[in-house]
Amino acid sequence: MYTQAMDLAGAPTLAPASTPEEAAFNARIAADRKVEPRDWMPEAYRKTLVRQISQHAHSEVVGMLPEGNWITRAPSLKRKAILMAKVQDEGGHGLYLYAAAETLGVSRDQMLEALHAGRAKYSSIFNYPTLTWADMGAIGWLVDGAAIMNQIPLCRCSYGPYARAMIRICKEESFHQRQGFDIMLALSRGTTAQKAMAQDALNRWWWPVVQMFGPPDKDSVHSGQSAAWGIKRISNDDLRQKFIDATVPQAELLGLTIPDPQLKWNAERGHYDIGPIDWDEFWRVVGGEGPCNRERLATRVEAHEAGAWVREAALAHARKQGARARKRAA
Amino acid sequence: MERKEWPLWEVFIRSKQGLDHRHVGSLHAVDAKQAVQMARDVYTRRMEGVSIWVVPSEAITASDPDDKAEMFDPMADKVYRHPTFYKLPKEVEHM
Ligand SMILES: [Fe+2]
Ligand SMILES: [Fe+2]
Repeated sequence: MYTQAMDLAGAPTLAPASTPEEAAFNARIAADRKVEPRDWMPEAYRKTLVRQISQHAHSEVVGMLPEGNWITRAPSLKRKAILMAKVQDEGGHGLYLYAAAETLGVSRDQMLEALHAGRAKYSSIFNYPTLTWADMGAIGWLVDGAAIMNQIPLCRCSYGPYARAMIRICKEESFHQRQGFDIMLALSRGTTAQKAMAQDALNRWWWPVVQMFGPPDKDSVHSGQSAAWGIKRISNDDLRQKFIDATVPQAELLGLTIPDPQLKWNAERGHYDIGPIDWDEFWRVVGGEGPCNRERLATRVEAHEAGAWVREAALAHARKQGARARKRAA
Repeated sequence: MERKEWPLWEVFIRSKQGLDHRHVGSLHAVDAKQAVQMARDVYTRRMEGVSIWVVPSEAITASDPDDKAEMFDPMADKVYRHPTFYKLPKEVEHM
């Protein structure tokens, strides 16, 4: 996990170039070639990438919290080992992405500071609580599933380091979704209480996951600059539709009901139609008023501050060892 | 102000015996030993490697992208450096 689209897609347009460097950059984008860290790029392109990649990195890192909550209470050793491996992967995803953003000239400390001060966003899905074990299933199946839909087009993103990080991440995500579905499968084939637990998790996670793809295309206020730059390749609504079409049959297979009375196959469109999405709730949670916003950020800040002495001591020790080794060599 | 951020390292992995080490990404670590340990945890969790190199990022000297034309374009018109430049008589089957 997990990017969250907060930008609104529009018609792709590249502003006409005013300098030779910009013309070369535009030609490169138009030819679908990659931009690498030391190549010339417009300041706005750099800024957009820093914002998106760091948000994405923060989401991976904050995303460890709701699942970490269940590691000690996993129902078996097997499930515990799987969940630990998944959470460890998410930490790694955060690292790949921070490293990609650092190639754009922003430091790790600056990015963390922006997160901890509340200036930088992370995916709002993690501001919902994980109340039962079935939530581990729902998150893997739906949240990681939605993330995969979002992230596959990013593997072709115009910025080389971001695209390479995404390829690595996508390879690892598929295990996340499958282990989640596997939990849901076990619960839905279990006792009545277990099946009810799986249904309850689906009820709570469905709409927040549908919202993960970001605001509807028709509310477009931005210029579609991200699309023009080859950063965003598929619109929010198209990705959302793709996710719904893929997920409905999976829910049927589980014998679970998607909590949308208006969900219906539309033979004419060849897609599922869905009921209205509560965008007020989405913006409330993005704006900090979700059930767990304060708790997540406070936990993150506390972990960082409590670890400060370890980071400082390790650095001081390494410097001392380095100085001694140099002295011996002299 | 004293720098508190750990130094940056570039990580290279040999995916299997007989292949080159390839750049896979970067990470922060206090020293080389820790960088190798962390590279193992981050980049070889699924048996992606049998050997790891770490190099301080600041030790790398790169060619300047602005010199791309002078550096690399002179090679573009030297087609005779490629075997396909030479048309062989049909009678020569393998060369
Ligand atoms: Fe994941
Ligand atoms: Fe992830």
